Amino acid sequence: MAIIPSKHEMPTQAPEVRAHNFREVALGYSEATALSEAQRCLNCKNRPCVEGCPVNIQIPDFISKVKEGDYESAYRIISKTSSLPAVCGRVCPQETQCEAKCTLGIKFEPVGIGRLERFVADWHNAQSLSAAEKPAGNGHRVAVVGSGPSGLTCAGDLAKKGYAVTVYEALHAAGGVLVYGIPEFRLPKAIVAREVETLKQLGVDVQTDVVIGKTLTVDELFEMGYEAVFIGTGAGLPRFMDIPGESLKGVYSANEYLTRSNLMKAYLDDPQTPIMKGGYVAVVGGGNVAMDAARTALRLGAEHVYIIYRRSMEELPARREEVEHAEEEGIDFRLLCNPVEILGFENPDDPRDPRNGFVDGIRCVKMELGEPDASGRRRPVVIPGSEFELHVDTVIMALGTSPNPLIKNTTQGLEVNRHGGIIVSEDGLTSREGVYAGGDAVTGAATVISAMGAGKVAARSIDEYLSGK
Amino acid sequence: MYRIVRKKVLNPTVTQMEIEAPLVARKARPGQFIILRVDDEGERIPLTVAGTDAEEGTVKIIFQIVGSTTERLNHKDEGETIRDFVGPLGMPTRTESIKKVCIVGGGVGCAIAMPVAQEFHRLGAEVTSIIGFRNRDLLILEDEFRACSDRLVVMTDDGSYARQGNVTAPLKEMLEAGETFDEIITIGPLVMMKFVTLTAKPFGVPVTASMNPIMIDGTGMCGGCRLTLNQDGRRVTKFACVDGPDFNAYEIDFDEAMSRCRMYFNQERRAHEQTCNLFKNA
Repeated sequence: MAIIPSKHEMPTQAPEVRAHNFREVALGYSEATALSEAQRCLNCKNRPCVEGCPVNIQIPDFISKVKEGDYESAYRIISKTSSLPAVCGRVCPQETQCEAKCTLGIKFEPVGIGRLERFVADWHNAQSLSAAEKPAGNGHRVAVVGSGPSGLTCAGDLAKKGYAVTVYEALHAAGGVLVYGIPEFRLPKAIVAREVETLKQLGVDVQTDVVIGKTLTVDELFEMGYEAVFIGTGAGLPRFMDIPGESLKGVYSANEYLTRSNLMKAYLDDPQTPIMKGGYVAVVGGGNVAMDAARTALRLGAEHVYIIYRRSMEELPARREEVEHAEEEGIDFRLLCNPVEILGFENPDDPRDPRNGFVDGIRCVKMELGEPDASGRRRPVVIPGSEFELHVDTVIMALGTSPNPLIKNTTQGLEVNRHGGIIVSEDGLTSREGVYAGGDAVTGAATVISAMGAGKVAARSIDEYLSGK
Repeated sequence: MYRIVRKKVLNPTVTQMEIEAPLVARKARPGQFIILRVDDEGERIPLTVAGTDAEEGTVKIIFQIVGSTTERLNHKDEGETIRDFVGPLGMPTRTESIKKVCIVGGGVGCAIAMPVAQEFHRLGAEVTSIIGFRNRDLLILEDEFRACSDRLVVMTDDGSYARQGNVTAPLKEMLEAGETFDEIITIGPLVMMKFVTLTAKPFGVPVTASMNPIMIDGTGMCGGCRLTLNQDGRRVTKFACVDGPDFNAYEIDFDEAMSRCRMYFNQERRAHEQTCNLFKNA
């Protein structure tokens, strides 16, 4: 049988339709498409894709089960190593991980591994009625701080081994960045809720409204009888550019903007949490968070949305699919541009004018790429005399975050690096005995799957540590 | 869910509640705040802790009915529950090496100032309290302040009770008469705190202001609560939720803070009106 050279297209909502609603953009493979895509897998011997996966999902094995139409078995293979299959199938940057390594990809397009993973997970969630079985307890208690991807993964892996796990979440809903950060149109909240529910069936206790470092300290967790603690507190303080005008009304961090829309449901018609809607919006930055913010702004009713990024399309760090979707939806990419000032409205004749102090525009300079910098990417340099202004009503800064300081400040002996990231060994162990960490709290802003990988490593280390006790 | 153990109306627009939240009650110190959500669809609002009873496991909050969320909260009765109550957040008020303190509170800010005054009193400091209100009907906590202050001055804007005028007037008189304080702590409307700061400046007395900006998570994630400090000629961004809420008042850009707190003024007013109508029709 001849090999189909290209991945089966992911069916999506039409750009002109989806730009005005918050429903999921990618609709998922049909069974027929999934079967046909699975046939493209060569089931090669050296299985490079497994190496490319931060949690080492046995990819050829699950795809073989898809070929047989045995989707439940495929699901079981994925969930053996991944606690969040329906999430990863949607938000992983497969093009730089498993699919980048795919043998088929040498001559043709790689197998659509992420799309198949999503199909299997969605099939399971729709068809399977059986609750996950709670394993027999082993008598050990572990506390997990933060219910984002690293925390949920660590909790899930430990629960499967019989540990009594409590997850402490500072916000009122579990899921971390999966609920406050990633928008509904990319990762429906119901899917996250379902994954959290599965963990609860495994016996994981989720406590919301508890800020570790404030309500309870890490030391108190040990006093309460937990024998190990995993810290997965994720992103912290948002970064700003330190340019004039960043405190004007209408300037948001992407964290705030997305939290207002996602967690606080400002995307619904009659929200209690306000957000600035409509008008002209500029998002500064080029990562996934920038794409999410830009596309959220569009859906909230913006007339025009810019993405302002100081390098070129080639260096844009966002997932390829998100960039393509954003372009299709009409997001205006202003590449090789950098803001130097945010401009505010000021009525010289009326200091009480209600428009005073609101954003009115953004002044930028054009950039060109110079010599490569320490990261190996060509450094953007300002083109002299290239200043220009854009009229905008809202500016969203998507420049990454620094790790959250709350735990560091209240946990003696917990070492952090100069960026504030918690220092861990290869096994995820911090400078404190019994305290492990992973995800953005360690690395600074990264991906969902790398956080999951870190949660997994820590769970393995905690198991080794406690089973030796 | 967090139960409302006691509810007391302090004046027509200000209500006091004691909420069952044992973990928060055990930890909270004066100057810290909590974030609450009334119901499943509610927004998150920060309120400063007005007192705790660790034994009973309750936390006292005092709030002014200013918007949709506080309106909804005020419609809850004793025995009912609110959805979320998380804290204590922020840094406690600094009390070390302060032997003589002047607390200047305005309006509902006095609810935040009160536990701070009580704490200094408990620690044996000499406490002068100046509290101001628009009029007699809005006066709150006079007895509580009297109990923990060595000296209490009450002001009303319209003179309908006690002395007429702003809180800055008696402060200025004291300072001009040669009185000194280790610290002036001011809590209330931004414009009042700005003028307290300007009043104290010529006399070189340290002033701390307690900021209460717009906030969502309260744990240093969203950055909505940011404010600008002028430090040695540099403008530095700080986050009230993790760096504050108390700041050196001489460094705060009050004008910017006043502008930022009006970001959602129109949306909030509309939402409050809608909520009021909702309760009227109910």
